[in-house]
Amino acid sequence: MDSKELCKEVERISGINPRKCMKCGKCSATCPAFEEMDIHPHEFVSLLCDGRIDRLLKSKSLWRCVSCFACVERCPRDVEPARLIEAVRVCLIRNRNENFISPDEIPSMLDPQLPQQAIVSTFRKFRK
Amino acid sequence: MQRIGVFICWCGSNIAATVDVAKVAEEIKKEPGVVYVKDYQYMCSEAGQLLVKNAIKEHKLTGVVICSCSPRMHEATFRKTAKAAGLNPYMLEVANIREQCSWIHKDRKEATEKAIILARAAVAKVSLNTPLQPGESAVTKRALVIGGGIAGIQSALDIADAGYKVDIVEREPTIGGKMAQLDKTFPTLDCAACILTPKMVEAAQHENITLYTYSEVEEVKGFVGNFDVKIRKKARYVDETKCTGCAVCTNKCPSRKAGNEFNCSLDKRGAIYIPFAQAVPNVAVIDTEHCLHFKTGKCGLCQKNCSANAIDFDQKDEIIEEKYGAIVVATGYQISDVTKYDEFQYTEHPDVVTSLELERLMNAAGPTKGVLLRPSNHQHPKDIVFIQCVGSRDTTSRGKCYCSKICCMYTAKHAMLIREKYPDVNVHVFYIDVRTPGKNFDEFYRRAVEQYNVDYIKGMVGKVYENEKGGLTVRAVNLITNERVMIDTDMVVLAAAIEPSAGVKKVASMLTASIDTNNFLTEAHPKLRPVESPTAGVFLSGVCQGPKDIPETVSQAGAAAVKVVGLLAKDKLVTNPCTAEPNELMCNGCSSCEKVCPYGAITYVEKMLNDRGIKETRRVASVNSAVCQGCGACTVACPSGAMDLKGFSNKQIMAEVDAICK
Repeated sequence: MDSKELCKEVERISGINPRKCMKCGKCSATCPAFEEMDIHPHEFVSLLCDGRIDRLLKSKSLWRCVSCFACVERCPRDVEPARLIEAVRVCLIRNRNENFISPDEIPSMLDPQLPQQAIVSTFRKFRK
Repeated sequence: MQRIGVFICWCGSNIAATVDVAKVAEEIKKEPGVVYVKDYQYMCSEAGQLLVKNAIKEHKLTGVVICSCSPRMHEATFRKTAKAAGLNPYMLEVANIREQCSWIHKDRKEATEKAIILARAAVAKVSLNTPLQPGESAVTKRALVIGGGIAGIQSALDIADAGYKVDIVEREPTIGGKMAQLDKTFPTLDCAACILTPKMVEAAQHENITLYTYSEVEEVKGFVGNFDVKIRKKARYVDETKCTGCAVCTNKCPSRKAGNEFNCSLDKRGAIYIPFAQAVPNVAVIDTEHCLHFKTGKCGLCQKNCSANAIDFDQKDEIIEEKYGAIVVATGYQISDVTKYDEFQYTEHPDVVTSLELERLMNAAGPTKGVLLRPSNHQHPKDIVFIQCVGSRDTTSRGKCYCSKICCMYTAKHAMLIREKYPDVNVHVFYIDVRTPGKNFDEFYRRAVEQYNVDYIKGMVGKVYENEKGGLTVRAVNLITNERVMIDTDMVVLAAAIEPSAGVKKVASMLTASIDTNNFLTEAHPKLRPVESPTAGVFLSGVCQGPKDIPETVSQAGAAAVKVVGLLAKDKLVTNPCTAEPNELMCNGCSSCEKVCPYGAITYVEKMLNDRGIKETRRVASVNSAVCQGCGACTVACPSGAMDLKGFSNKQIMAEVDAICK
């Protein structure tokens, strides 16, 4: 997929239109991992609007977001940057098109405390 | 059989680009009764109207259908044309093939098909039309203004100066509204009280103005030119005619628990109080919730000390009934709830205040006598942070989706005033955009930045929290430098969104005036009729219609007043002849229609009727056609189908439906 298609894919996965953003910067202001990021949450949304997903896929920030959802809670426009970041992560993982876990490994990793949902979502992320 | 002429307008390319007008003409010619069909580029032009006139005369038309824009646009124009040609204007119908057809369709074939159907329906209706004669109704030459802030005062003064009687109903004990609470006004920085209080006094002393303060509108009946209004004058427990406003009662009152509303509850007031020194009327009022006499039956200190003998614990609410020709809504605004924004600590820390509270903290008549002090420890602040757009431009459930419009300017004003008076205080303003359109407005904001060194930082604040020094830390990002900003500050000021006053919904429903999803009153037309409500005889003044500053409010108040004067100057109003009419023989006397009528136009009478030879007295509905506005609610409510609307009879509507379904 090219950059533009990928951006559309991110919108589809997250269900969010990043053009709702009014560039107030509250997501970055509220983000506890701000200092750790190369691309800050508000830039992240802005780059998605511009279709420059290539930069995001290479970004360190993808793995610095701790999914605390403070930005989701406080965004005044319902843009919810954490959900966009999560969607880009999912895109990246799917793009690699590789198996990261073999099905045979799973039974030994299963923890009875682990919610069913977490297992299902792991499969979704890793596609196969 | 009627002789019907059909005229199809192209509206330039507005209609003709999407609808094949020639095809519509060809098809509509086949309809029964249609004797003449014509299409033309601009039917509303003089040449187009002449075409209609000539055709009516030449072809002896008894009914006319115009296929054009919405009837809201040009029905009146074409009815005038019909009348000029000697045809009863109510023998003309408009088929809306623009707003309801060409503008909303892309496919030419589909749009043409729909235009033919709409034209057919109009032909079917006009075949059953009967000539109607409009009536007349008198105009009561008195206006009511709901709300006594700057908007209401200005409208009332302008109407009164034109020579008409005006009553102002204000629910607070004094007129003046929000403007009375402000310290200075932008962009000239003149003192709000100095320019407002003379107007308040003028309103009170004007021979044509009656003030009903501490009063609320309780019921509105009637229609344009003839409103019947009930006003509840709440008991003050102080005789207005005797009280001299000496304030001895307030000073003697031992109850000191009530928050002083005028100072945004930043200090306390007595249970008997005068809202502020320049209140109009300058009369005390007792707050029964906090008064010891009303709570325990004891005390009565105010009564003992009142030299004018004005305290009357037995006073009762009074209902005033009055007739009005026009009503101006000037109910204003309130500060929206900022407690939902817990990241700003408004409820947690006393040094986080709203901008209106800051106005009081800086006002000479405020709780600190105009000396800016931190509410928590009454110390002089060294740093102040302003946060803009708190609750504005917020599409989530916490906020308002609109821009509150006045905050950018008052924040620049506050920042400048503080820097002027206390040059040692650092002032930071966090903004998303600075919006300062308006005469001398941007220059004003730039002065704050360039001359007063106010630190404007682009970026919304993420969090405010109490630091170990007992002050506040503000965390944000400077979006220009793309860096984290942490500021230790002594006070935080929130530019909270403004919203229509509580109670505006009740007023709007009493007036049958429409409001939008944000509770702002809707204009009759957003551009061309901005001070009129779609409900005839109801006018809009000030922030009840949308956020606006003082200069804009005053202009709009004047505009609303002119509209009122234009209405009151008329002796008679032409009434709509499309009113309800009961078929008395079918009426079963159930009162359903009487209950749903929003205008109180229906009453029941005992009447001798001759039902196929049997004479008997029956209870039947009777419509006062001068009061009926033709809304049709009764025709829907009537279980026996006895009620019909002239010009929109059940038969006519069924004929239209049949024509559409054919």
